[in-house]
Formats: sequence, C-alpha cells, structure tokens
Amino acid sequence: MSTSTTAPSVRQAGVARPGARRVGGTGSVAWMALPALAIFIAFGLIPLFGVLALSFTKWDGIGVIHPAGLDSWRAELSDPGLPHALYVTFLIMILSWAFQTPASILIGVFLAGHERYRGVLAVFFFIPVLLSSAAIAVAFKALLDPNFGLGAGLGIPWLSKDWLGDEKLAVGVVIFIVSWQFIPFHSLIYQGAVRQIPKTMYEASAIEGAGRIRQFWSITLPQLKYTIITSSTLMVVGSLTFFDLIYVLTAGGPGDATRVLALDMYITGFQANVMGQASVIAVILVLIGLALALMFRRIGGGRSYDSQLEGA
Amino acid sequence: MTDTLTPTSETETRAEPKVRQHRRLRHWNWLGGAAGWVWLIIVMVPIYWIVITSFKTQSNYYATNPLKPPASPTLANYKLVLDNDFVTYFVNSVIVTLGAIVPTLIVSFMAAFAIVRGGGWFLRGVNSMFLMGLAIPLQATIIPVYLIIIKLKLYDSLLAIILPSIAFAIPLSVLVLSNFIRDVPKELFESMRVDGANEWTTLWRLAMPLTRPALVTVAIYNGLAIWNGFLLPLILTQSPGKRTLPLALWTFQGQYGVNVPAVLASVVLTTLPILILYAIGRRQLLSGLTAGFSK
Repeated sequence: MSTSTTAPSVRQAGVARPGARRVGGTGSVAWMALPALAIFIAFGLIPLFGVLALSFTKWDGIGVIHPAGLDSWRAELSDPGLPHALYVTFLIMILSWAFQTPASILIGVFLAGHERYRGVLAVFFFIPVLLSSAAIAVAFKALLDPNFGLGAGLGIPWLSKDWLGDEKLAVGVVIFIVSWQFIPFHSLIYQGAVRQIPKTMYEASAIEGAGRIRQFWSITLPQLKYTIITSSTLMVVGSLTFFDLIYVLTAGGPGDATRVLALDMYITGFQANVMGQASVIAVILVLIGLALALMFRRIGGGRSYDSQLEGA
Repeated sequence: MTDTLTPTSETETRAEPKVRQHRRLRHWNWLGGAAGWVWLIIVMVPIYWIVITSFKTQSNYYATNPLKPPASPTLANYKLVLDNDFVTYFVNSVIVTLGAIVPTLIVSFMAAFAIVRGGGWFLRGVNSMFLMGLAIPLQATIIPVYLIIIKLKLYDSLLAIILPSIAFAIPLSVLVLSNFIRDVPKELFESMRVDGANEWTTLWRLAMPLTRPALVTVAIYNGLAIWNGFLLPLILTQSPGKRTLPLALWTFQGQYGVNVPAVLASVVLTTLPILILYAIGRRQLLSGLTAGFSK
C-alpha cells in the first residue's frame, strides 16, 4: 500500500499517441508539467541520488557531513547484521508471498462467482485494507500479549504463548499479520480479474465436459497470469517497506529476529546515528527493489513495467 | 482443506444435467468458499475483540471472557484517549492529508494533461521519470529527505510531512490520470479549440469534469496511504503537538500499554473516520483502492 509499490491501470502510458502531436499549440502545455516535476525532483529524485552520495560520507544526523570515501560501504558490507537482515527480509518476503498468493486466488475466485455471499462477506472482509499498519500492530501487540492478551483471557494454553518473545514465533506472527492485512486487498484484485474472464470460455469448456476443477486449472489460472504477476509484484516489492508494522510490533526483536532491511536502515541511521552506513543499506534496498521489479517484468514476458502492472 | 475437494466434484456430477445456462452460478466452489469463510472469521475475530474490549473497564477485562461483550459498556476508555490530546492529533492528520491530497491532485492533473496533450522530448522524459518513480521504494530515500527538510528549516512541522507525501504520490497519480484523460474523445478537444478555448481553459472546463471519477480514485488511494502514514511523521517531526494519528497510537501504547481496553479504544477512534467513509461510499472506496489492478 505504500506509494512505491503501487501502480494502477496503465494503458499505453509512455507511448506517445500519434494523434497527440497534430493537435495545435502543443508547445504551450509543457509548462503545466512543471509544478509536479519540481516537487518530484526536490523530494523524490534528489533524495534518490542524495542517498547514494550520503553513502560515501560520515554523518551523525545532526552535525557536519564529512566525506568518508568507501568507509561506510566497507563497514556495512563487513557487518554481520547485513546478511542477517537480508535473510530476514527475504524469508518474510517469500513466506508471506507463498501463503498469500494461493489464498488470495482462492478467495478472489470465490468472491467473483457468488453474488449472494459476496455482499455479506465483502462488507467486513475488506476492513483490514483500511487500517493503518500502526493500528494493526498496536492491536495485535495487545491481542498477543502472553499475560493480558486474548489467549490468556480465554485460558487457552496454546494461544497464550509468548508470541513476540520467541524468535521463530515472532517471524511467524509477522507473516500472519501481513497476510491478515493484505489478503483482502489481493483477493479484491483477483475478484476483479476473474470477473473479466469471458463467460463464453467457461460455457465452451462445459460443453466439452470439463469440470469445475479442470476449468480452474485450464481457464481461470492461465487467464489470471498477468494479475498474478501484478499482485506478486505488489506483494514482493511492497514487503521491502514493511517498516511500520514490524517497528511497532517488535521493533526488530526479539534480539534481531525480525530486523528487516528497512528497519535496519532506520535503527542504524536514526537510533545509532550512523547515517553513512544507513545510506548504504538504503542503496541496497533501492537496488533490490529495482531488481525485483525487473525480474517480474521479465516473467511478464518483457512487457514494459507500467503495462505489466495493468494486469490481465 | 484438501477434503473439501471431494464435495466439489460430487456437486459437479450431480448438477451436470441442468447446468448449461447458469453453469457458473449453480456451482459451489467449496474450496474457495471454505477459504473465504475461514478467512472472514480470522479477519473478524480480532476486529470484534478490539471493539468489545474498548468498551470494558480494565478490571472487567481481566475478570471476564474476552470474547463476551461487556455487561455494562463504559466510555471511560474513550474519554481517556480524548483527554490525551487525540483531538489535536486528529486535526493534524486532517491537515496533513488534505494539505497533501489537494496539491497532489492539482499538480498531477496538470502534468497528466500536459503529457497527453503535448509531445516532444521534454514531456516524454517527464513521463518516463514518473514511471521510474513507481519502481523505486521511495521510503529508502528517507535519509536525504530528512536532510533536505532540516536544511529548509521545516523539521518538526506539518509541512515537513506534506511535501514528501506529495512527491511520493505524484508518479502514480499522473499515471492513472493520464490514462483517463486519454479516454476523452479527441473530437471534444477539437471542438473546444474551434471555440477558441486555450489549453488552460480546456483543462478546467473539459478534461477536469470528464475525469472526475479518476480524481476521486486518486484522492482515495493516496489519501488513505497518507492518513495511515507512519514513517514520515516519525522521522520528520518530534514534538507531541505535531503528531499525526498513527504516531499518536504508538506513543499511547507506550504510555498505557497495560491498559488494554484504553489502547484498543485509541485504535477504534483513529480508524473511525475511515470506517465512516467506508460506510458511506464502500463501492467507490474499494474500486478506488484497486483501480485498474485487475483490468
């Protein structure tokens, strides 16, 4: 849901329309792009190059910025915290993707097919989409409390574990809450996509005697190919920015069990005040984001990034 | 969940003779149905627990079944939350959200209009740059943003949150809006021109009214992201008087962590405005959230 991970409908964006130039007075509209351009350059583009520049400096966040060559890079790349943060980031990314995708497809197909149930389900089902990550984390932190939470209150032993105090459990809890927050959103995407599959395809295969399950594998799933890529791009690139949820829920703990890259950047920069090294982590984050976006673009069959996000 | 597969194929064969017309409606998708209902329960139980607990007293909360509604609901938790300056935080959140969304819509619409109506290397370059902005996790640029905000002497002000929020929202907004402006029939632009209207007038009198649904979509999508934003307020402000709601929630939990009902009342209270909007325009809101994702 963060800005970086989002990209609704794109038709022919970036493709200059042949007719556009014929229309008179084209030169006179270019200035209209300037305000947006100025703000984006000031708070988007300059920071993007700025983060690279800052990775070659030494700065405590308050005082003077000193050039430091490759010092920050050397320090960060030899820091055992980096491989660990990368491991946790990819672990949470892959496991939450692997759980959310089949669940969202199943639920999306279900929601698309049955009008009666859809109305009842949908009203409540989509509420998590509206909540802030901070609110969700605050609520679950209270709910999972081993002494005062839901499990303790109900007196159910297996529910009153120290969910956020155990390293393995904490990672599982993060993946569960991420799914809790985003499965409704992705189901919504799949619901829309399934509705666009021509009914005639199902009718034709029904005449040939294909059952419901056959139809799912031979029609629904292939037709959803680009939606799966869109949804996966959003999930995977979006998982790089799970900062607020994890920060409020565990602050990276217990120990560093849930210290993902984005959190590592924040803690290094704004709590330990080592901005140079934090900038190195930020550059790594940008590179991973770009690499993943390119990877999904290739899987999408070389369609350009924007039109790939268009979905099916 | 695997055993639900069997009923599916059974229904399949039983219903076979009369399915020809309403095949898709008649068939129960058991696996999807089970997943849907199970997940609904998983979604609803925490929400139900949050709401009922927020009306319990602290001592009552420890003494009773956590899933049983309170016998005598109390508003004391809500009073505690409100007494902790939540009105200030609410006003801050409204200022930040509106202060970011209105300029975002105006500058993005102008840029989208220029990109669709104009040509040449400059506008094509601008367009590619915004597209690139979509592929980059902009949160990773927070350290230079922090530096810039300090240099502009804007640190610890609401404007410090607003300006980067606009920049982060522009790429997507331009993209969605330019797609909708492309759908406006060329003849309409042509007739405006024949009538002697310049591009500026055309933008306000023709393109803007015709693409209002797209503007609503963009406003909802970005508005929700900014309202719920946590990182920018965390890093770019400091004093309690500049807190927005998500940040206030977090500090409130730090302060009253043991008082579970009060913490949950703060969660309900900060979400209430969004839920009211959801109740008023559910369809619009949901389609705004996924605009075009599944086209």
